[in-house]
Amino acid sequence: MKKKKLINGINVFLFLLPGLALFIGILIAPIVLSGYYSFFDMNAYGAKEYIGLANYKELFSSTAIGFFKALKNSLLLAALSVFVQLPVSLGIALLLGKGIKGERAFLSIYFMPVLISTVVIGQLWLKIYNPSYGILNVCLRGLGLDNLAKIWLGTKETALGAVFAPTLWQYVGYHMLLLYAGVKSVPLELREAAMLDGATDGQINRYIVIPYIKGILKVSVIFAVTGSLKSFDLIYVLTNGGPLHATEVPSTLMINMLFLRNRYGMGSTIAVMLILLCFAFALVISAIFKQED
Amino acid sequence: MAKTRELKPEDFSTYTVKKTNPALRVLAYIGLVFWALVNLFPIYWMFTFSLKNNEEIFGANVAGLPQHWLWSNYTSAMKTGHMATYFINSIIIAVATILITLLVSMMATYAMTRLVWKGRKTMNKFFMLGLTIPIHASIVPIYIQLSKMHMLNTYQALIVPYSAFSLAMAILICTGFMDEIPKDIDESAYIDGCGVWRTFFTMIVPLMKPAVATIGIYTFLQCWNELMFANIFNTNLKTLPVGIQALSGQYTTDWGPIGAALVVATFPTLLVYIFLSKRIQDSFIAGAVKG
Repeated sequence: MKKKKLINGINVFLFLLPGLALFIGILIAPIVLSGYYSFFDMNAYGAKEYIGLANYKELFSSTAIGFFKALKNSLLLAALSVFVQLPVSLGIALLLGKGIKGERAFLSIYFMPVLISTVVIGQLWLKIYNPSYGILNVCLRGLGLDNLAKIWLGTKETALGAVFAPTLWQYVGYHMLLLYAGVKSVPLELREAAMLDGATDGQINRYIVIPYIKGILKVSVIFAVTGSLKSFDLIYVLTNGGPLHATEVPSTLMINMLFLRNRYGMGSTIAVMLILLCFAFALVISAIFKQED
Repeated sequence: MAKTRELKPEDFSTYTVKKTNPALRVLAYIGLVFWALVNLFPIYWMFTFSLKNNEEIFGANVAGLPQHWLWSNYTSAMKTGHMATYFINSIIIAVATILITLLVSMMATYAMTRLVWKGRKTMNKFFMLGLTIPIHASIVPIYIQLSKMHMLNTYQALIVPYSAFSLAMAILICTGFMDEIPKDIDESAYIDGCGVWRTFFTMIVPLMKPAVATIGIYTFLQCWNELMFANIFNTNLKTLPVGIQALSGQYTTDWGPIGAALVVATFPTLLVYIFLSKRIQDSFIAGAVKG
């Protein structure tokens, strides 16, 4: 009996071994290491000096690094994501989830941008925004609105908006899909009962559907906020933080710290801050949703 | 307070659209069609300008179909732009990542759902942490490790991290499918004298075909589109996203070949999506509902 137990134990271990090795080696250990590196002044060539919390102090106080400005930008993106992108997604999800003609087709079209590489999306928008030949300025000029045509990505005032627009646009389909799945899970009897009581579509959405899909709404809000904090690809392709740091976010800051300025300790410090912020926001959002119950 | 009114027959039939004000309904459709166009236009535009010359792109024919179909854009993107090489690199990395992720996640899920031992629930929760860990956390340590081992610019420099980051999601999807396989199958296999390993490989794995498709597609999309790791670890052995970035620096004034490169990078995804849209959507939903 004991031998059988031992063999079972060995089997469990062997079945789990590859997964655990990958998971701990690539995900868990690096988090710990990033935390460790954040206490050092180090570069790519191996020079390493323990400096305690100096990286954190510098990150919070240096205007040259501009961490708070970058953070402000990504929080603005998070706010737009929660208060503009999510309502649009929810509106579409409610409309499609109610069951209208062509709902599958609409759903599939709206989800398409999510699947396309952000680099491709970024390159396309670079072309759309091109000051001389981009389709945006060409259209504006065609409508006689020459003074509205701008150097969208190259001007400090317009760059942030121009970078956020495709970011928000690309993931509407993602949130819509999650919320749509939620709307579809509302039992038909609930809807029918409300219909018989004479409730309008608006009332059904407000009092039955939305409370029913609260769990998925919570996930969507968490994804929207943490996704905004982590956002990198599109900004990297479109402006890489420029012009004059107008579109800097923590991720672009981190990458530049690592590979332009060769400051691995500071790069790790930013990475640690990002992870902490993501977990903190996820917890706060969960708590808010819980309180509402 | 519920209003009472006389019930009409249509209340009992398809109640959904009938109640809506027809004007509102038309408005809703206009909105939906408009949003569909906003989503389709960039893709349509990409396909058309990949076949045009600069003269058409820059004024003569901005949004229409190309007048002269310029397939030479594709030749320059594939050959001079090295897109063919990047494409093959991406394929190799994606296929290897998918195979590793599939095998590793199925083995782990088997241990956590079919083998009996203490702590298997906790182990599952531990793996699910992976759904929330951002890749930012690993960049510096992995980069330093790879450069120490002289493994930057190799296939494995991306295959291993991609597999690790796909694992949590793959286990999540696997668990759903494996729970549905009746336990009798294992038991009758044991009675016939099969060990756990033979049971796993000859009985369970063949029954996991639907999970293979879902996990495969999800993992494919993750590594096919990934930029941050690829851009840092493999500056010489480029994948498609990194290659496109390089190409756009090279062809700043010639848009046709860039358009061709974008199409080359996108059409495998769109092709898969056309045939398996429902399954792709399901895999995205699965992650969110549990995550």
